[in-house]
Amino acid sequence: MDYWNILEYGAWAISFVLFGWMLLDAFRVNRDFEEEVLTSSREGELELVTEKHDID
Amino acid sequence: MATEAVAGQAPQRISLLRVLGPAHVWALGVGIVLVGEFMGWNFSVGKGGAMGSLIACWIIGLLYTCVAMIDSEVTSTVAAAGGQYAQAKHIIGPLMAFNVGLYLVMAYTMLEAADALVVGDLLAAVAGELGHDSLHTEPFVVLTIAVLAWLNYRGVFATLTVNFVITAAAFLSIVILFVGVQPWKPGEMLQHRELLTDLPYGWIGVIAAFQFGIWYYLGIEGTCQAAEEVRSPARSLPYGTMSGIITLLIAASLTWYIASGLLPWEYLGQAATPLYDAARVTGSTYLQVFLFVGTIFSAIASANGCINDASRSWFSMGRDRYMPLWFGAVHPRYRTPYRAILFLIPIAVSFAFTGLLDQVITFSILSGLLGYTFMPINMWMFRKKWPLDTIRRGYVHPFHPLPAAVLLALCVATYFATFLGYGAQLLAMMAFYIVASLWFAFHRYKYVRRGDQFSMPWPKPRGY
Repeated sequence: MDYWNILEYGAWAISFVLFGWMLLDAFRVNRDFEEEVLTSSREGELELVTEKHDID
Repeated sequence: MATEAVAGQAPQRISLLRVLGPAHVWALGVGIVLVGEFMGWNFSVGKGGAMGSLIACWIIGLLYTCVAMIDSEVTSTVAAAGGQYAQAKHIIGPLMAFNVGLYLVMAYTMLEAADALVVGDLLAAVAGELGHDSLHTEPFVVLTIAVLAWLNYRGVFATLTVNFVITAAAFLSIVILFVGVQPWKPGEMLQHRELLTDLPYGWIGVIAAFQFGIWYYLGIEGTCQAAEEVRSPARSLPYGTMSGIITLLIAASLTWYIASGLLPWEYLGQAATPLYDAARVTGSTYLQVFLFVGTIFSAIASANGCINDASRSWFSMGRDRYMPLWFGAVHPRYRTPYRAILFLIPIAVSFAFTGLLDQVITFSILSGLLGYTFMPINMWMFRKKWPLDTIRRGYVHPFHPLPAAVLLALCVATYFATFLGYGAQLLAMMAFYIVASLWFAFHRYKYVRRGDQFSMPWPKPRGY
């Protein structure tokens, strides 16, 4: 096994750790927060408070 | 930490984080595109010769300038994640919005897969030069997608700050190469007089070159996806998008000038990494290293921006129930569309594992082209429904309707060019989107809450 083979295994390992971390975090968030809260975002929220679309 | 709605109170809202400035918008748009200067554009040389490629570079540059102008006006007003999807929803209607959203997701996910493949191929080439001929590219392709998806998952500010740094470095490598070939001494390193020929395949070759001329700029429209995360959409989006297209016009012209002055068109037309090859021809080790780093950085920046953009499109389609609402979730801590990011990872990896780089890229380009064709229609309807005196815009593009008309004409010409080279793929892709449209119209649309999707505080459109 040469240096490049070790890099290949290292790349697989880091990838699985990162994918695993994201899946675990997503699972925790889904468990700890209500669905209504997680999907509560609405487009145009900034415009509602700051933008005036009427031309004076 | 459970967040529970208290009786009588509206539940707490979680939105995408508004932290981005014009530099991030620039990094998103240019970052997605710049890999096209390092590879891909040169296939236009194979179709139309070096001069044909230059004509395609500037004519397609005009197409994208129109795209940038139109996007800047509409998105600075429709400042919502999803970019052109949100524009189509507000201005044209649900079926167009669904299709545009799907074009965006497919175009960016496939481009992300292609970028990851390029990173793997470049590492395999390095391993080969260092004596290891059988490097497996799959782990590096997956690693590229994993690291960038993780970065996107953790927050948009860090993601696009990284993109700004590596995109600027990649652009700088082109400028360094331009200075390195001493353009003030024509005939010494650059041999334009000897290498440039007439149009080898005539004007039909120039038209055919349009398809690959798209490579110079494909993805600049991605700036719109940041609309809901910029601090000031009316200012940042036009600044970021217009400075992005100016950067790309400069980068494209420099790229063509360097490569066509160092490499014969017969070689250039089929080279895998034309700018890196140009650096090798100079004989300078420093320039080779700069260009290798620039090529890798540009591919990573492109994949990074694509993950950002595809997930925002998918997220906004979920939020409006064009796709299951589950995808419209925002991470309560990182404030990113985390489910959309996660969902698209296996799709990108699957595309990458096919190994069919040219097919994946062709599908991506065609999806992008369909998106550009919608823009002139969108622009006409936007000005008609909400004339300048009815709604405040962050930017008003000049000479309307000329840019929309030019864009439509150039899109038609590019379809013809694509049909010449990839007719079967073009028809297959059209069939795919027709089937998807039927699914949306006859099945999915009944889940859409029609009133809920229009939450912008806009006046009623004229005539309604």
